[in-house]
Amino acid sequence: MTELVIQAHNLSKQFGTLKAVDNISLKVEKGNIYGFLGPNGCGKSTTIRVLTGLLTPTTGQVEVLGLAIPRQADALRLRIGYMTQKFSLYEDLTVEENLFFMGQIYGLAGIELKARCLEQIDTYGLHALQKQMVGGMSGGEKQRLSLACATINKPELLFLDEPTSAVDPENRRDFWEKLFDLSEQGTTILVTTHYMDEAERCHRLAIMESGAIRADGSPDELMQKMGVNIVEVKTSGLRSLKSKLIANEQVRSAAQLGVRLRVLVYEQIPNPIDWLKSQYPELHNAELTQARPTLEDVFVSVTGASRE
Amino acid sequence: MISFARIRAVMFKEVKQLARDRLTFAMIVMIPLIQLTLFGYAINTDVRHIPVALVDQSHNQTGRLLLETVRATQIVNFTKTFDTPEAAKAAIGTGEVRAVLVIPHDINQRLAQQRALAHWLVDGTDSVIGGAISGLQNMPFTLDPKSANAGQTLLDANNTFEVALYYNPSRRTAVNIVPGLLAVILSMTMVLFTSIAIVRERERGNLELLITTPVRPLELMIAKIVPYIFVGLIQVVIVLGLGYLMFDVPIHGKPHEILLGSLLFISASLALGLLISTLARSQLQAMQMTLFVLLPSILLSGFMFPYEGMPVAAQWIAEALPATHFMRIIRGLVLRSAELSSLWQDSLWLGAFTLFGVFFAARRFTKTLD
Repeated sequence: MTELVIQAHNLSKQFGTLKAVDNISLKVEKGNIYGFLGPNGCGKSTTIRVLTGLLTPTTGQVEVLGLAIPRQADALRLRIGYMTQKFSLYEDLTVEENLFFMGQIYGLAGIELKARCLEQIDTYGLHALQKQMVGGMSGGEKQRLSLACATINKPELLFLDEPTSAVDPENRRDFWEKLFDLSEQGTTILVTTHYMDEAERCHRLAIMESGAIRADGSPDELMQKMGVNIVEVKTSGLRSLKSKLIANEQVRSAAQLGVRLRVLVYEQIPNPIDWLKSQYPELHNAELTQARPTLEDVFVSVTGASRE
Repeated sequence: MISFARIRAVMFKEVKQLARDRLTFAMIVMIPLIQLTLFGYAINTDVRHIPVALVDQSHNQTGRLLLETVRATQIVNFTKTFDTPEAAKAAIGTGEVRAVLVIPHDINQRLAQQRALAHWLVDGTDSVIGGAISGLQNMPFTLDPKSANAGQTLLDANNTFEVALYYNPSRRTAVNIVPGLLAVILSMTMVLFTSIAIVRERERGNLELLITTPVRPLELMIAKIVPYIFVGLIQVVIVLGLGYLMFDVPIHGKPHEILLGSLLFISASLALGLLISTLARSQLQAMQMTLFVLLPSILLSGFMFPYEGMPVAAQWIAEALPATHFMRIIRGLVLRSAELSSLWQDSLWLGAFTLFGVFFAARRFTKTLD
């Protein structure tokens, strides 16, 4: 059996009358990249903060790296890395100074500290920026520095709270390369995101909405057990067609993608293309094709419930 | 276990940030400089050389002697002489003079009967001038000026007035104000700098990261205080040095005792600032809370008004303020060349305040976001 790094049972966190996290249970295996996918305000950050001991859970048990949280949070801090949603290093210090500072905080000193800082500067391509004041750097550069600082203590477990919200797609791809490197070295990574492409890269995924986990599993599993077939319709008058379709009980949802309409039809309809043509005569001359599900479809199909 | 490596790391980080923050750095030097000049020169509660007129109806030795004693205070300048009080009163009306001294013809008789010797007719529109001349009411007067210290005063004199004369014969404010100003400047800058110290990290988002690291609250508090201790000591040197050079404020006490006393107060102010910093949610709030402490520190500490003259309730508040205790220490050390050991109660209080302040700040600074 694989080793569990994070175990949470019936975890809830309440702020006043607001249930930010509502009775979630969670298991994260060692070496995995585990993603929390969900819209803003769905409780992703709160969950991370509870898991790191920054917030005390209202109810439920949490065990991280074999330590009871929040009671043993102090011991945990030496073994984890944390990258906050908002950039949180010192803008009036240079790249090198920030790295040194974080290294010292984690108890590194002398030659060991210098060697580790150089190693991180190498790994994260910060050579040219070494003496630069952080305040003037770009989003991608700041993010690389944040990751370098968060991993300076070689953490067993790394928490990343929306790490790529302020960077462009190219930097995001490079960033994920680094995460896969870390994962291969045995670091467990817990990452929150609201980007589908980013979520697709995770080993496992939990889709969160209103403080609850709506679905979890590997991205492939999630796509397979979705319970809908997808038909792409290419025709004119998509806007009016869309409003007609979503009124149908057998249609889970419909979303427009340029000139196509992506229609999610429940699995109990055996042949969705014929069914659609028979239900809607105006579709006889339209181009209908069955499509492969994407994570966005999964997301839409599991999170709609509370909106209806 | 407290880690000195971590304290050192935070401390050096703090110093680097301080050195790069030009505005704060300028404040360290500019606040003492500006305040000293303002209080020393501009805000002078001693009104001097008020233009007044004289109506001398006595024409005798006692009258001339009284006139000389009044002149010697330098509070008034006799710019006009009139024959009748009525003519002099008209001059007040036109604004030529602000007051008139009328020495009556029966001055010797009044002296013998211990009655008021002469009359002041004062333009009451300016209360400061009114106050300054009313201050002359209890002016000690003796027929033999050379034996003034022998105490052969013929009229009842105010005791405090005599004491003030003893240390500060020309009644200059600077002598009393400069050491007091040191307490005000230190409360202002020390409390302000540290009250912002932790809130700033919270506002900039640094704190969220810092609390996920192994840094302990007490380590953070100590590291935040130490750099500012040196800043405070620099300010002590600036204020007392300039006070000496610009306003001839004598420094009687031993330098190491003055520094030690200041160190106690600096630490207490920094601890207070830290406590504010853990209570405030934003830098703006921290500044407002600082003002809340600063105002009573200026008004009640004995800087503006003598402690003894305050109502009992105000004295209780004053006792709780570090500035009050430092005011006693620094005035004692600088002006009366007292020993720090003789002011042990105030010193002890400041020391205890520091320890409690740092302790409670560390207690209040929990490493959670709840």
